[in-house]
Amino acid sequence: MYEFVTGPLAWLSFMIFFIGVIVRIVLYIKGLDWQLDRVAYMEYKSYGFKGAVRSILYWLLPFGTRGWRYYPFFTTIFFVFHISLIATPVFLQAHNILLQERFGFSFITISECTADILTIALLAAAVFLVLRRIALPEVRILTTWYDYLVLAIAAAPFITGYFAAHEIGNYKFWLILHILSGELMLVAIPFTKLSHFALFFMSRAQLGMDYGIKRGGMKSKGMAW
Amino acid sequence: MAQGKYCNREKINTLEQLQSLLSDTNGKQYYKEMEDLDVDTELLANTIQKTLKQKSRIKTWLEICAHCGMCAESCFLYLANDNDPEQVPSYKIQSTLGEIVKKKGQVSTEFLIKCMDTAWSKCTCCNRCGQYCPLGIDMGIMFGYLRGLLFNQGFVPWEMKIGSGMHRIFRAQMDVTTEDWVDTCEWMADEYSEDWPGLEIPVDKENADILYTVNAREPKHYPEDLAEAAILFHIAGENWTVPSEGWEETSLAMFAGDWEACKLQVESVYDAMKRLNPKRMVVTECGHAYRATVIEGPYWAGLKSGQTPIPSFHYVEWVAEALRTGKLKIDPAKKIKEPVTYQDSCNYIRNAGLADCAREIMSYIAEDFREMTPNREHNFCCGGGGGFNGMGRYRKQRNAGLKVKRDQILATGCKLVISPCHNCWDAIRDLEEVYEIGIRWSFLKPLLIDMVIVPDHLKPQDEEDE
Repeated sequence: MYEFVTGPLAWLSFMIFFIGVIVRIVLYIKGLDWQLDRVAYMEYKSYGFKGAVRSILYWLLPFGTRGWRYYPFFTTIFFVFHISLIATPVFLQAHNILLQERFGFSFITISECTADILTIALLAAAVFLVLRRIALPEVRILTTWYDYLVLAIAAAPFITGYFAAHEIGNYKFWLILHILSGELMLVAIPFTKLSHFALFFMSRAQLGMDYGIKRGGMKSKGMAW
Repeated sequence: MAQGKYCNREKINTLEQLQSLLSDTNGKQYYKEMEDLDVDTELLANTIQKTLKQKSRIKTWLEICAHCGMCAESCFLYLANDNDPEQVPSYKIQSTLGEIVKKKGQVSTEFLIKCMDTAWSKCTCCNRCGQYCPLGIDMGIMFGYLRGLLFNQGFVPWEMKIGSGMHRIFRAQMDVTTEDWVDTCEWMADEYSEDWPGLEIPVDKENADILYTVNAREPKHYPEDLAEAAILFHIAGENWTVPSEGWEETSLAMFAGDWEACKLQVESVYDAMKRLNPKRMVVTECGHAYRATVIEGPYWAGLKSGQTPIPSFHYVEWVAEALRTGKLKIDPAKKIKEPVTYQDSCNYIRNAGLADCAREIMSYIAEDFREMTPNREHNFCCGGGGGFNGMGRYRKQRNAGLKVKRDQILATGCKLVISPCHNCWDAIRDLEEVYEIGIRWSFLKPLLIDMVIVPDHLKPQDEEDE
């Protein structure tokens, strides 16, 4: 079982993830239409580029935009969630040992204690995100079962990983579940709302270009996000 | 398929059709017929397929919205309606356009009426929500798209259908013909020439420095606005002209989602540019007119550059330039002394980046200029944008929507609001009428005329003799 999930299944899910994400990005760019979107993308590339970079950078920065500053509590939860979600698996020692063994390279690593803290922070943030969905009428009205499912898909590798790492219960069981849930997340990214992993950059860049080229970017300093 | 006498999918292309629709007072019969208007589901499905499903932007937006609710408080209608969750921008678009897409156009008449009510009474396409979405989703753009779908199906407010019909027939939002327009220009030049010797409103002068274009309401209802523009150009010594055709900048067709009429309208202005070969165009104090003809228009007309055939400027740009270069000089004694605030129009500030010009003007003309909060690109819609001012069916909702602007103005402590945009001007006038907070409002032109130093040679002869 372990050989299967870390072997063919891992290859398959990584392939689906990488190809899927690339396809989504390519389709997005191909689907842009200067006349329908009413943005002269190709005519003013430098204004477009400036607008796009500005729009992405400001929103990647915690409290970098008025929107983020308006909701300080949510913003904190949001960044804790997303930073942990990406940093933990990429810089985890165990993952990097695997990388080194199989592919001969690895990233810098974080200590196990840091990984634990990030994992717990992520799970706590996930709980807050769920509570927020239930508590706030303006979020409740938007929420569907699908939002919870997507959140569960994102949180599952962390719960199972934590149990496996600390050998709570049956190590082998949690390990396999951890690998499976990680693979599920990878596969889900191109096909679900999790595609915002890549499409965030596309959509932000597009709106940034819209403001940079058309909505005043050529007549002012550009949109103050 | 059932279509009504007044309410149907046909476009208004003849005077008879227009008059017939106008004869149905307040659209009473029109809305009654709408309840039985069939949805052309095939047309709807095809349009979505062609324009939305294959194109990435709106499709992606509908898909990746994280349902986080960060757009809620960016919407003035959400705030004005006591944080009603049904006014959350994301909810408004997901429950209308989102459903149409999900159901591949297989929706009912009743549903499209609900969509119409949402598209025209719960969104003014001010685009503020797009600024507050972490994923860069602009609900205003999607509502524009939805309005287009609804227009094609005949589910459009009565006044909007009339408005787009006016553009189709008269190339103006009102029934102002070329003759009416030229007559008004002559009449105004005549009327004011005693006070302003040599005052002219030149029509169809070729190779002028400025081609001046207006909002049809000006010749129709307040022609003095045209005279004021002429006086200021006269004082500034501008070489200017107005076109006999292609003088109308506004686009109720844009509010209606009638993209075909939008194209017809802007092309009439672009034709005037080509015909008269002016150096640049200056647009009157109107926000949506500027957005329609200068910002969106080139795309409707298929101009790949995204630019009008000649450079185009909003009135605030011209005023700022005239004050900066000294073409217009303000008499310091006549500057506005009382506290005064400025209404940032979504259409030329958020959607065209002209916030700085406005501030520059205020620095010349006001001693105690006070900003609203928030302001500039983050300002709230006045409550009258997107056609909201003009639809009887949604008067109640429009009046409720004015509250945010009312409170913004009250917080400045100012009694005077400068508003170089027709829709904002109307909304502020109406909010005073509804809420009686004791304010006044003004375009720039009349204020400037009271403040500028008139060179001696432009003054009437007898005044000099006194």
